[in-house]
Amino acid sequence: MTLDNIKVGNGGIIESIGGEGLLRRRLLDMGLTPNTRVEVRKVAPMGDPIELLIRSYVLTIRKEEASKIKLKEEI
Amino acid sequence: MKFTFALVGNQNSGKTTLFNKLTGSNQHVGNFPGVTIEKKEGQIKKHKDAWIVDLPGIYSLSPYSLEEVVTRDFILKENPDLIINIVDATNIERNLYLTLQLMEIATPMVIALNMMDEVTNSGNSIDVVKLSEDLGIPVVPISAAKNEGISELIDVFMKTAKEKKKPEKLDFCVGEVHKAIHSISHLIEDQAKDNGYPIRFAATKLVEGDEPTMKDLKVTENQMHIIEHVVEDMENALKTDKEAALADMRYNYIEKICKSSVVRHQETIEQIRSEKIDKLLTHKYLGIPIFLGIMFLIFYLTFGLIGAPLQGILEEGITLFTEFISNILINAGVSDWLHALVIDGVFAGVGSVLSFVPIIVILFFFLSLLEDSGYMTRIAFVMDKLLRKIGLSGKSFVPMLIGFGCSVPAIMSARTLSSERDRKLTIVLTPFMSCTARLPIYGMITMAFFPENAAVVMITLYVLGILVAILSGLLLKSTVFKGDSVPFIMELPAYRIPSRRSIALHMWEKAKDFTQRAFTVIFMASLVIWFLQSFDWSFNMIDDSSKSILASLGSLIAPIFEPLGFNDWRASTALITGITAKEAVVSTMSVLTGAISDVELSAALNTMFTPLSAFAFLVFTLLYMPCAAAFAATKREMGSLKNALLAVTYQTVTAYIVGMLVYQIGSIFI
Repeated sequence: MTLDNIKVGNGGIIESIGGEGLLRRRLLDMGLTPNTRVEVRKVAPMGDPIELLIRSYVLTIRKEEASKIKLKEEI
Repeated sequence: MKFTFALVGNQNSGKTTLFNKLTGSNQHVGNFPGVTIEKKEGQIKKHKDAWIVDLPGIYSLSPYSLEEVVTRDFILKENPDLIINIVDATNIERNLYLTLQLMEIATPMVIALNMMDEVTNSGNSIDVVKLSEDLGIPVVPISAAKNEGISELIDVFMKTAKEKKKPEKLDFCVGEVHKAIHSISHLIEDQAKDNGYPIRFAATKLVEGDEPTMKDLKVTENQMHIIEHVVEDMENALKTDKEAALADMRYNYIEKICKSSVVRHQETIEQIRSEKIDKLLTHKYLGIPIFLGIMFLIFYLTFGLIGAPLQGILEEGITLFTEFISNILINAGVSDWLHALVIDGVFAGVGSVLSFVPIIVILFFFLSLLEDSGYMTRIAFVMDKLLRKIGLSGKSFVPMLIGFGCSVPAIMSARTLSSERDRKLTIVLTPFMSCTARLPIYGMITMAFFPENAAVVMITLYVLGILVAILSGLLLKSTVFKGDSVPFIMELPAYRIPSRRSIALHMWEKAKDFTQRAFTVIFMASLVIWFLQSFDWSFNMIDDSSKSILASLGSLIAPIFEPLGFNDWRASTALITGITAKEAVVSTMSVLTGAISDVELSAALNTMFTPLSAFAFLVFTLLYMPCAAAFAATKREMGSLKNALLAVTYQTVTAYIVGMLVYQIGSIFI
């Protein structure tokens, strides 16, 4: 299951970060590392990007980027 | 002894506020060599020998963006005496990620733990002593916004710098990563020393596969093989790749530290408040209307309610001052040409631009408010999907909107964009937004040709400008601005009340900047235009401007506009003077046609244009290169004259093609 399919208000534990190069590195740098809890808080008015809660701060990424983040389970 | 301190921290960590608190008004703003990234330097209050450099806000030291490269190069190559690392205490885990990387550089370092008041007020706590022990560097709790802990911070970093006390710990790696970093450390120890690289930092960067480090250390092919082998072993043992392994290791270490010093029962009051505010401001249906409403209000206040009267007063003042100087010159008996040079050349040119200062200052007041409060990031969040279609991100929306007011502050505000590519593309597209200085031209032409349909013509022009910007975006993103599009990964910081001091400083900077330009670039441009329209080729001063150098240049260019339907030297001359300021098109037309009243001007225009060619003329004035002030801003923000010239060439060619299409296609139907 990937992060872009998670319902607003739900979250999960990150299993792995896909993608490559700088994009992937940026996601990791921002704290989206395996075994971290992430929650989807909101979707932008036009359906993209999405708003996440991670490591007690708010981060926004596009669905395209979110589709590269695999979760273990939806909570 | 002179000390140089580097202020480093994440975006939204309160870095600028702290910088302003430390330096007061002793600041110099410039650019880093070779790039258009702002470099702020200042002298620390009451410490004449201590200078602080405010480096761009970054999240990591991997060279992901230009800002990161600039920061890295500054620390590695300029060897500051100490790093002041500002850390947002409400968001400590992610902020410490940069801290761990900074520690590897082995430069003396102090952590300014900012926004501690928000942490304690929310019933949470951080054990500063424990944190400092665990990290092996001094940690000073502060609140930059409330001016708490600043003098303690200064004492600590002055003392640390004098003692040259380096971070006690460099080793926070464990297991396989530890093994890899250490074997590479031994391998490149000598090269690192020779090239002024901290060993530990160099080794980590080589594990990460960092190219600038490989180049700087002149890593040999043989060494490269060994490094690759070591990294491969590490990846196999950890069953993951090197990027994930390192990020994971750092965050694991941070989590461990935080477990023993950070107590977090709940989100901070500010975070809870922000969530509530966002329920409205980024609401599914209300988010966009609210945003448009706020922008409308800002425009109305800037260009109407507050700006217009202030501009009027300033204009009046400039007129009075001009008359005053004019009288002095006449009484002193100076020659006519000198009088004309000063009054018609310098004062008219510089004065018309200077009168924009109030509008610029007010606009930047609102912009700082949007930026410092945290709303700017929400605009980007809300508008991103729309702008993404033309190769930009949500962050470009604000400059484009300001473009409807005036291209100059719009181009200047593109500075808030973090990606170099987005910034350049935004600067190229922004002048297509019809600015207020073009309104007098629309007024002149519609009065003469479309008095019944003035509103329709105006709206058509505004929409046309937007359409051309969209099409240009699509074209440029697949040609010139291909490649390095930065993905949209952005923090949404908690809303905060902006500090009055920061906003005042920002307004002052922009006013100073703009005024300086008026007295340099605009001053020169006005002189040149005045000269060209006052003299003929034998350098005799003339009364009839149709014999001037400018007029003959105008008639030289005039045939170029044949395909657009107007081959008239007065029209092309007006277009040339329009480069000093767009509204000059109107004044030039009146002067060159000798028209005294609007009715006469309309009659004269009717001999020069057909309704269709008049519309083509409007389209051209809408799209062709912006005024000299906007060009100067473009040059500065693009960082090179060549790029600025390319930008205005693109705009002018576009204007020509669209104008021609309008005329030629229109001719078929009419």
